[in-house]
Amino acid sequence: MNFEQWLYTLPLRLRLRFRRKQVDQELKDELRDHLEQQINDNVARGMSHEDARYRATRALGGITQIEQQCREARGGNATEDFVQDVRYGFRQLRRSPGFSALAILCLTLGIGANAVVFSWVEGILFRPYPAVTHQERLVALAGTARGESRPTEVSWPDFLDVRRSCTLCDQLFASKITGSTLSIGDHAESARGSIVSANYFDAIGVHPILGRGFEADEEVGSNAHPVVVISYQLWRDRFKGDPLIIGKVQRLDNVPHTIIGVAPEGFYGTFVGWAMQFWVPASMEENFESGGYKLEDRGAQWVESYVRLKPGATRAQAQQEISAIAKRLENRYPATNRGRGIGLWPLWQTPFNNAGVLLPTLEIMLAVVALVLLIACANVGNLLLVRSFARRHEMSVRLAIGASRSRLFRQLLTEGLILSALGAAGGLLVAYCCRHALALLLPVRSGVAMYLPGKIDWRVIAVSAGICLGATLIVGLFPALQTRKLELASALKAESSSVAGARGRARMRSGLVVLQVSLSFVLLAGGVLLLESLQKIRTTSPGFSTTSVVQTGVSLVPAGYDVPRARAFQDELIDRVRALSGVESAAFARVTPLGYIAYSSAPIAVDGYQPAPDEQTTVDFNQVGPAYFATLGIPLLSGREFSRGDDDNSPLVAIVNRAMVARYWGGQDPIGRRLKVKDGWARVVGVAADSRYESMRESPKPFFYVPLRQDFTRGPVLNIRTTQSLSSISAALVGVVHTLDSNLALYETITLQEQVNRSTSSQRVAVTLVTILGGLALLLAAVGLYGVMSYAVAQSKRELGLRMALGAGAPNLLGLVISRGLSLTAGGVLFGIVAGLALTRFLGKLLYNVNPHDPLAFGLALGVMTITAIAACLLPAWRATRTDPAQVLRDS
Amino acid sequence: MSKPADLVQGTLDLLILKIVALEPLNGWAISQRLKQISSEVLGVSDGSLYPALHKLEKLGWITAQWRSSENNRRAKFYSMTRLGRKQLEKETDNWNRISAAISAIVKLKEART
Repeated sequence: MNFEQWLYTLPLRLRLRFRRKQVDQELKDELRDHLEQQINDNVARGMSHEDARYRATRALGGITQIEQQCREARGGNATEDFVQDVRYGFRQLRRSPGFSALAILCLTLGIGANAVVFSWVEGILFRPYPAVTHQERLVALAGTARGESRPTEVSWPDFLDVRRSCTLCDQLFASKITGSTLSIGDHAESARGSIVSANYFDAIGVHPILGRGFEADEEVGSNAHPVVVISYQLWRDRFKGDPLIIGKVQRLDNVPHTIIGVAPEGFYGTFVGWAMQFWVPASMEENFESGGYKLEDRGAQWVESYVRLKPGATRAQAQQEISAIAKRLENRYPATNRGRGIGLWPLWQTPFNNAGVLLPTLEIMLAVVALVLLIACANVGNLLLVRSFARRHEMSVRLAIGASRSRLFRQLLTEGLILSALGAAGGLLVAYCCRHALALLLPVRSGVAMYLPGKIDWRVIAVSAGICLGATLIVGLFPALQTRKLELASALKAESSSVAGARGRARMRSGLVVLQVSLSFVLLAGGVLLLESLQKIRTTSPGFSTTSVVQTGVSLVPAGYDVPRARAFQDELIDRVRALSGVESAAFARVTPLGYIAYSSAPIAVDGYQPAPDEQTTVDFNQVGPAYFATLGIPLLSGREFSRGDDDNSPLVAIVNRAMVARYWGGQDPIGRRLKVKDGWARVVGVAADSRYESMRESPKPFFYVPLRQDFTRGPVLNIRTTQSLSSISAALVGVVHTLDSNLALYETITLQEQVNRSTSSQRVAVTLVTILGGLALLLAAVGLYGVMSYAVAQSKRELGLRMALGAGAPNLLGLVISRGLSLTAGGVLFGIVAGLALTRFLGKLLYNVNPHDPLAFGLALGVMTITAIAACLLPAWRATRTDPAQVLRDS
Repeated sequence: MSKPADLVQGTLDLLILKIVALEPLNGWAISQRLKQISSEVLGVSDGSLYPALHKLEKLGWITAQWRSSENNRRAKFYSMTRLGRKQLEKETDNWNRISAAISAIVKLKEART
């Protein structure tokens, strides 16, 4: 439209926009005027008045049709049409509130389930770190070791070398999760924090609201810079928002730290799973990490870090460069770096936080919610089909008075759009309410719940809107397609009992139910498989006892214990605990199996074992006290346990596991042979059976143990084998610790089974979510089946009546309806089995020792589906038996 | 429904523009004029006149005012706009060219047979 045209038509368009009624009235007047003149003209030619009117009307044609054509010719009223359609649509929805509520509820659940999972994916995997700038360019950096599938951490010197030489990295910063006991006043609580490189706050673009971030030299030195930046939340809640907080001193693990900054509100650090409360520079690492001063030790892998790529650089390019750097390091420092590489991972696969753990679960959830959405759409499509039948008459009338079919089509799509837009709005509301729900499914550790927020940003809203449009097309299309088949004359004449096309519609509805049943079946089968797998993983023996062993711990560092005092305390505590009734044995260890704290690892050498040129002989180990194996129930295959005599005055000793014997001693008995750990040679005194160390899913790997007394740490785990219940033993433990030192607090006391359960909590999350959504899907399918069967019963009243009149009894009719319902179900299940066989293998990573085609799971799903189907058909079937033959025959 | 199927596309528009170009007229008068001019050969039904008028109005080629007609009743009068006049010239040129071409072709055929 050029300007002149725009100008000329402006008044008309304005009037159309704001004076619509008047314009319409004028159109009517104009046509009436024409008609009257024609009549006068005809009368003047000598016709009777009646005749004149008749001819004039004939000549002009249907007035309403011409009006409609004029309106359409006037055109340009697409928005106006749309507004009208929307208004009309709302009126329609209000007219049948039950239908509308059900349809909107279905769509809310369908779209809501999607929005919830999207918000989790966004908030946990893609944009996990609020307030951090340019997260789209962040990638995780971790170490790799040849022959190891799990990524490792990197050493601080390696980290510094990469930071210095990487040209494609905009920023490289370290952020290693740690914990501390925070005593403020007389209130002590555990807090989570990060050990970070000095460039941390600059690199992530977060600026403290009070004070400052770290300075470059604060990451250098051994315990050299006791400074801390605290989180906004900690500042507000624990320090009451003290505006003069900067410069005050706070003890963290018994070392006084100067508070130099307060992080801004809404910044939770850079770890998926926990909200961080404090940040300390890398120079304070010894205070929080075990293993002493590591900043100059290239063999100590402990750093977790992230890279922000330069704009335009891809992860693959950066990986190439960093691999080259790692290769150089390997050549220069073969003793520590042989077989080691450095890898980059996208944020959603970050190997050292919960992103990597939750990824498989969330991937499956994305597929599951898509299925639920399809089922919900099928349901609403079904409802709309029934209604389109009821509105056939209305549609015919609108066609007859001049509405074009495309206009009706648009009208029906608009109604679909209203439904799905309301559903989407509801869905986003559901997502908003459920955005923190994921953390509820995960275990609370030491009284602190995990922090896994979903995030509803424009991307989530855009995807939901996209889904909404898709749903509109799906649900609006069914009735819209029906208008194509509308035969004007017959539809206007006929009443609902004899309808051409009813068969086609019935087929479409049955098809939708079959689809629903098959999708629900897939979800059910998947849910059962996950449940079986969870059951298996929790009942598989981890290689140690789980039921009669509890674990707890006493953190001696925050209470200011030095090494000799800590050692004396531990001996005293063990003796007292052993003396408790019902306690069989007790032992300290540095690391608990299947926990988050990583084992120490060290390059080893074995007499007579020649490593391959690029073989990295680093093996994980644990520091354990006397009677550790007896306490945990790990069988000793030969040799002896550690004793109190194995301390720093006696020769170094070690116990190795069976996998290690197989790898390094070729299966020969290693007792008495030598093993070099770091710089010292230890003598092997025992062989322990293999057990699970880091994950229930791992396969046996080389592992060894050294006496706690020869590699001492002050904050270890206490394991106790007892016949007492958890509650009585933990009460007794609190008493014992208090009599020894009333300032000491115990860690949380849990059974090792609980430890196993926690380590498999992502499986539990998957089971819980799939169960909830599977139940939802089943419910939706049942509603769909119920709807189709009730409708079928209502439609075949005459047939049912005739059957009754001919002598069929209630049981026959009951059987008839239920068998029809079951045949639909059978069709759905058949498709479901085929789809399930194809799809369940995608559960892959979440399944543990369960065949994805497990007949038990499919059988169980079949059973549940059948029972649900029968339940859904019962009411319609009962209604069928209430048919009054006399009434039906009279009506027809 | 009442589309003048035998009317060359755009011809009705051309006729209406031509009629309105002479003087502002209401719908009834235009229909009468159409019948006179085309001697009912083109068979424009009154039913298709009004949608065409509204279309032209929307295009900005003609404009409408409510005025009193000669027998003192209010009626909607259509008159030509500057845009419409330009369009009419263009359409007329077009028409002349095409009809000349077509007549030439038709004559050619006659000559052959």
